[in-house]
Amino acid sequence: MISISAFFAGLFYFATAVIVFGVLYRIYEYWSVPSPLNIATTPAPTTQAGAAFRVVREVTLFESLFKANKWIWLFGITFHLALLLVLLRHFRYFVDPTFILWAWVPYVQPFGKYAAFAMVLGLAALWARRFLVERVRYISSPSDHLMLLLLILIGVSGLVMKFVSHTDIMDVKHFFVGLRSFDIKELPNDLPLYIHLSLVATLMIIFPFSKLLHVPGVFLAQHEIWQIILGKNVMLPLGLRKSIIRLASDIF
Amino acid sequence: MTDLEKQVSEDQDVEDVEEQLELPDPLEIPAIVVDAMVDLHSFEAAPAHQTDLGFPGELVDDWQERAIAKIGDLRKKYRSFRVYLDSCVKCGACTDKCHYFLGSADPKNMPVARQDLLRSVYRRYYTIPGKIAPWLVGARDLTEEVLGEWYNYFHQCSQCRRCSVYCPYGIDTAEISMAAREIMDDVGKGQKYCNEIIAKLHKVGNNLGMPPKALEATLADFEEELEDDFGIEIKMPLDVEGADILLITPSADFFADPHIEGLMGYAKVFHNAGVSWTMSSYASEAANFGMFIGSYDNMRKVSRRIRKAAKDLKVKRIVFGECGHAWRVGYAFLNTLAGPWDFLDQNYPIPQHICEFTFDEIEKGAITFDKSRNDDKVMTFHDSCNVARATRMGSNPGGQFDYPRALLKASCNHFHDMPEDTIGEATVCCGGGAGILTDDLMDIRVKGAAPRMKALRQVTEEEGVTHMAAICAICKSQFTKILPKYDFDMEAIQSVHQIVSNAIVLEGATVPEDD
Repeated sequence: MISISAFFAGLFYFATAVIVFGVLYRIYEYWSVPSPLNIATTPAPTTQAGAAFRVVREVTLFESLFKANKWIWLFGITFHLALLLVLLRHFRYFVDPTFILWAWVPYVQPFGKYAAFAMVLGLAALWARRFLVERVRYISSPSDHLMLLLLILIGVSGLVMKFVSHTDIMDVKHFFVGLRSFDIKELPNDLPLYIHLSLVATLMIIFPFSKLLHVPGVFLAQHEIWQIILGKNVMLPLGLRKSIIRLASDIF
Repeated sequence: MTDLEKQVSEDQDVEDVEEQLELPDPLEIPAIVVDAMVDLHSFEAAPAHQTDLGFPGELVDDWQERAIAKIGDLRKKYRSFRVYLDSCVKCGACTDKCHYFLGSADPKNMPVARQDLLRSVYRRYYTIPGKIAPWLVGARDLTEEVLGEWYNYFHQCSQCRRCSVYCPYGIDTAEISMAAREIMDDVGKGQKYCNEIIAKLHKVGNNLGMPPKALEATLADFEEELEDDFGIEIKMPLDVEGADILLITPSADFFADPHIEGLMGYAKVFHNAGVSWTMSSYASEAANFGMFIGSYDNMRKVSRRIRKAAKDLKVKRIVFGECGHAWRVGYAFLNTLAGPWDFLDQNYPIPQHICEFTFDEIEKGAITFDKSRNDDKVMTFHDSCNVARATRMGSNPGGQFDYPRALLKASCNHFHDMPEDTIGEATVCCGGGAGILTDDLMDIRVKGAAPRMKALRQVTEEEGVTHMAAICAICKSQFTKILPKYDFDMEAIQSVHQIVSNAIVLEGATVPEDD
């Protein structure tokens, strides 16, 4: 089965390149566009700490969404938090938990395992809104439906591997650890795994070309933090290297 | 906390009376009615008004290419435009937040759908998925029909920013509306109301087109009226070189009620404070319609008049009168557009809002009020959208809500707020902002005012409120027209400084007889 393994190896090298360079390029693009006027929505914090705190609340608690609509907030935060736990759980496929930096990885496993159910349920509820609430139905494009379908299928195929037809995850781990040193190991011959990996790679590839750009957007659309942290009338753009490094260190 | 602020917060703590009547919820969400407002088309600008502002006189032959190029231009000019277009996930949080949607039920008046009118075209020409598979991502060619939709629906947005408060990414539809209007102006499809007014301002100095001589005569009339009423000389100075304060106020304050009463209120406060102040015939307008059409150049040109007036008259301070979008330009943009203001007295806010000025005077104990002169009224306060969500007063976040209320509570005995989800940062727009205040858009003006009118109905029924004060020229003009359509008295709308004016006790003044 070396050819299928080689295919997935190639796919993941490609997908990783697309998501990393694609998103960095987008951030660079956004960052290079000037923001000539102070358009912060008020009441806005008046201090640097206050502005940073507001962005942290927006990013972690979805504060504005909570004000807007409790149902979207509930389903949205359920999905995003569950996704976070699931992603953290996936670290075990890439890292060595005996290394001190990754010592937390084993502890997150049980949470990540069951969070997958919450993730799928949250997504299903968000999708149901696209059919049941006429206002949301009106604004939904096919891509909005497909994005939810894609995420649900990723979640379900992952759950199948864990709870229905068990995949040999040690082989999976060897495969991904091998990719780091360009050593292509064999993937287990397992259909749910192939489906799961193909969908994840798809998600990574469409990331910089889709509404998934709300991930960098949620930081960059928060106008006030840049206004306040950088000083009121700083004119952008800054140089390419400087800005990417600065943003990368701020955000990631 | 100052005494005045304490009083404000205590008053806010007072328990609301239990609802006794079944009144309509101001924010009740209608079932959607597709294309309910699709045909509402405001008058387009005449060629002369277009060219006055540096735009093509009429729709250019290659409008399509030019509009598409302009989108490309704007995405490199404003980060907000670019990030907002890319970031929306269509979650639906904003869909029930626009007063025009609540009032008209037209789904294209939902903020996200309004943005999508432009986003769909952006996606078609500037994103890979939109180029490959437009049907998949809701991308559309820029056709004549689409341009028509832009014109009609981007002139049903008052740029009030209510949606931006609720968007998880802070996407502000106002920015998209301004961009769309800029694109349309650029291809020769401008709106008559906005562009005619801006052209007037560039020529004469104010939106009314009132020449300096007429302004001088009007102010002289007001002075006479004040002297007749109060028996003392209360000045309305114009073009006084060397005055300390330059007052920049909306020209409606020279022209219509209840605006004029507000202007008289400022004059009384200045008189009482004993400061030297002046207005300018060159910069006789606070409003800046350049913002409404998203034109940085026009907005800047309008703002530069204020700078020139301040320099010519050698003033030390600038104070803005009651005008909503003007205060946004004043508070948030003025330094960028017309600064630096290093020649002004740095000990005062640059610019300062008239409510801040009066608030400080009250704090100092410099004003004596006879609140009983307003006992014939039970007041409420309408937070004007752009003051509420784009500016501040004083140094604390939210001062823009507290200051005008403090002024009202200092000058009248009876004050009640409208329901909480319709005031403060959640305030619902009057329905006339940002280029909508024209008779050809009356249909959407009436519908857009519905949430505010229902909120007012609640406090009139439950608290006996008789009057609503505002600090925006557009709000005042809009409500004067709209109130009767909802069975209120047109005089129920008041200027905040009109209420101040009624109650302020001036030394040596006689109390006017009741009408």
